[in-house]
Amino acid sequence: MSAEICTLDKLKPGESGSIVSFNDEEKALKFMEMGCTPGEIILMDSYAPLGDPVAVMVSGYKLSLRKSEASSINIERI
Amino acid sequence: MSTIKVALMGNPNSGKSTLFNALTGMSQQTGNYPGVTVEKRTGEAILRDETGKSAFISFLDLPGTYSIYPKSLDEEVCYKVLCDNTDDDHPDAVLVIADSTNLRRSLFLTTQVIDLGIPCVLVLNMMDFARLRGLEIDTAKLSELLGVSVVATNARKKVGIENLKKAILNEFHTPAKTFLDIGEFAPRAMLNTVMGMFPGETAYGAYQIINNETGISHFESIEYKKKEIKKLIADYHFEKHKIQSEETIARYKSINEVIKECVVINEEEKKKSVTARVDKLLTHKVWGYVFFLIILFIIFQAIFFIAKYPMNAIEFCFVKISEFGQNVLPPGELTSLLINGILAGLSGIAVFVPQIALLFAFIAVLEDTGYMARVSFLMDKLMRPLGLNGRSVIPLMSGMACAVPAIMGTRTIQNWKERVTTIMVTPLMSCSARLPVYTLLISLVIPSTHNYGYFNLQGLVLMGLYLLGFVSALAAAFVIKLLIKSKEKSYFMMEMPLYRVPKLSGVFLTIYQKSFIFLRDAGKVIVAISVILWVMASHGPPSKMKAAETAYNNADSAKKYSPQQIQNFIAAGKLKQSYAGNAGRWIEPAIKPLGFDWKIGIALITSFAAREVFVGTMATLYSADGADNNLSIREKMSAAVNPETGKKEYSAATGFSLMLFYAFAMQCMSTLAVVYRETKSIKWPVIQFFYMGALAWIASFLVYTFAK
Repeated sequence: MSAEICTLDKLKPGESGSIVSFNDEEKALKFMEMGCTPGEIILMDSYAPLGDPVAVMVSGYKLSLRKSEASSINIERI
Repeated sequence: MSTIKVALMGNPNSGKSTLFNALTGMSQQTGNYPGVTVEKRTGEAILRDETGKSAFISFLDLPGTYSIYPKSLDEEVCYKVLCDNTDDDHPDAVLVIADSTNLRRSLFLTTQVIDLGIPCVLVLNMMDFARLRGLEIDTAKLSELLGVSVVATNARKKVGIENLKKAILNEFHTPAKTFLDIGEFAPRAMLNTVMGMFPGETAYGAYQIINNETGISHFESIEYKKKEIKKLIADYHFEKHKIQSEETIARYKSINEVIKECVVINEEEKKKSVTARVDKLLTHKVWGYVFFLIILFIIFQAIFFIAKYPMNAIEFCFVKISEFGQNVLPPGELTSLLINGILAGLSGIAVFVPQIALLFAFIAVLEDTGYMARVSFLMDKLMRPLGLNGRSVIPLMSGMACAVPAIMGTRTIQNWKERVTTIMVTPLMSCSARLPVYTLLISLVIPSTHNYGYFNLQGLVLMGLYLLGFVSALAAAFVIKLLIKSKEKSYFMMEMPLYRVPKLSGVFLTIYQKSFIFLRDAGKVIVAISVILWVMASHGPPSKMKAAETAYNNADSAKKYSPQQIQNFIAAGKLKQSYAGNAGRWIEPAIKPLGFDWKIGIALITSFAAREVFVGTMATLYSADGADNNLSIREKMSAAVNPETGKKEYSAATGFSLMLFYAFAMQCMSTLAVVYRETKSIKWPVIQFFYMGALAWIASFLVYTFAK
């Protein structure tokens, strides 16, 4: 089984993955204190009507973030 | 009776403010933290339990945060109040409010507070929502694992408030244990050295001091031994981000363990959440925008049309009071100052209250229900290129009714740069005070008989002026985006909270507080300027004023004119000779290229009190020219002839030039007063006054030059 690693913004609504690492140190700190720590499962909930920002389910709540922010999270597709 | 200072902390949307309202009620006061524009809410209560124990509690509602690591202004305030024990607001104890449906995330902040060694009680709020999601939390176990008391509440339904009050009286104690040993991540010897420098500080407190050595501006005022800490950071090769990241991961890991032991999830009871279904509709690519437009439409109608009735009533009351005053008080300087200066100023302030109240009722409901986060979600991509935020949309649209409540409403924008940009451009939106000016000028220069098919030309011009306001606001935002440099990191990421039914008592409290803040803070500035304007308009060089007074004091005039006409002539003559009149003549060279004479100059100055004053001033001035008092101002202005050129004074060129001037110029002291209050700096209102003035001058100049 080969695990596919990609950034969060590549997920389509309904797809999910588990957080592996971050590309941006400062954004990472902010994400992590909001509960997006490595190993957490993250589900792409929906895209905003104009395609950006996006909404994800993580740690039991809904988080909205810009695609540029989502692209700083590396995930392993599940 | 003992006094305890209690601070409330918690994540945004944790129901913290509802709990604060339940604890303090009408005793609340709002202000700002020193030096920053973060709103500070305090309140008091005397608590008593059945054993007769009582205490005077002063509560402080800290801004909502996810952690004590400061990244935004709000978080800096939290950090400083919590970690700097020399701060005036430093609490004796902390109530940490946790959203029970988000226990994992809430415990992050909670355990940080615990590690700072501050006495605290954990409040599990919104337990009913957690149960709906099938979550059962063992509070006794949680209390045991964390070493602090845990109280379950439901602030909206006032469940558990009595228990919470008991806990505040009896259960604040220093946490029984440290949750996470920071010494595993940061050099222990270094922490010990810093703990030695700050007696009483815990290891975690020492770590936070080291971590935040740079970047917190308002810490500089305090003896914080910066130099020594800098040296330590160099000596120990303290890697700030690495340690913070390790600490965060380890803290969440331990929290996961706690959750495993305390929370049971009943999958069967887990219902499909209402929020998910509602979100499908409200963030839908068609219905989402339709719904948002409907909301905007309702807000706009309310502050534009519904607010008119209470506003008229307030104006009517002030007119009656000043009539009464004029009849009862002896005529003279003091009466005039009281009625035309102070009372007129007060009426100018009070008249805004209905609009402020209505707009804030809407904003409070939108925030309370959780819809505001969806507005950002829908609008972010559209507003981002302009340096604005999705949340800027509501203030901008409200600005079409009145910029004053709109600017106060920008507090929902967390990012400082985006907020300042919104504040700076909102007054360009065509507000309702411009409407009487536009109506007068349009009827003056555009014949009402011109129709293109179904379109009435006057109506088209009016619409064009509104569009111009909107487009120029967006363009100005784009320019400001390029000019303002911000140190603050811009994050968009935000929680989309669960939809909830708004709490009416909270909405009314917000209305009351916002109206009160406006009356108190902006009111001072507005009354002061009103008095200055009164002095300018009613006083002048004494000899000339005397001459104006006696000019019609002869038998000849008495024969020719009625007493009413003579009174009008005197009023106009005095206004001409007053300081305002002199100022009008003095600025004439500057406004001549725009097609304005000194009369318009006077009106430009007096309408600084409020744009619609233009109409009244023009009425006074022109009462002198036309002998026939039955003509309306419009007819008099229309008939006025320029003595130099022999042409009509209000040509189409002058009329359009004047319209553009009113579209762009910052002719509103109330707005400037509010901008000053909201930015805590004289810089922003001054910049706003001059940039809008420059826009107005250039636009009017171009139009007049090409149209004349």
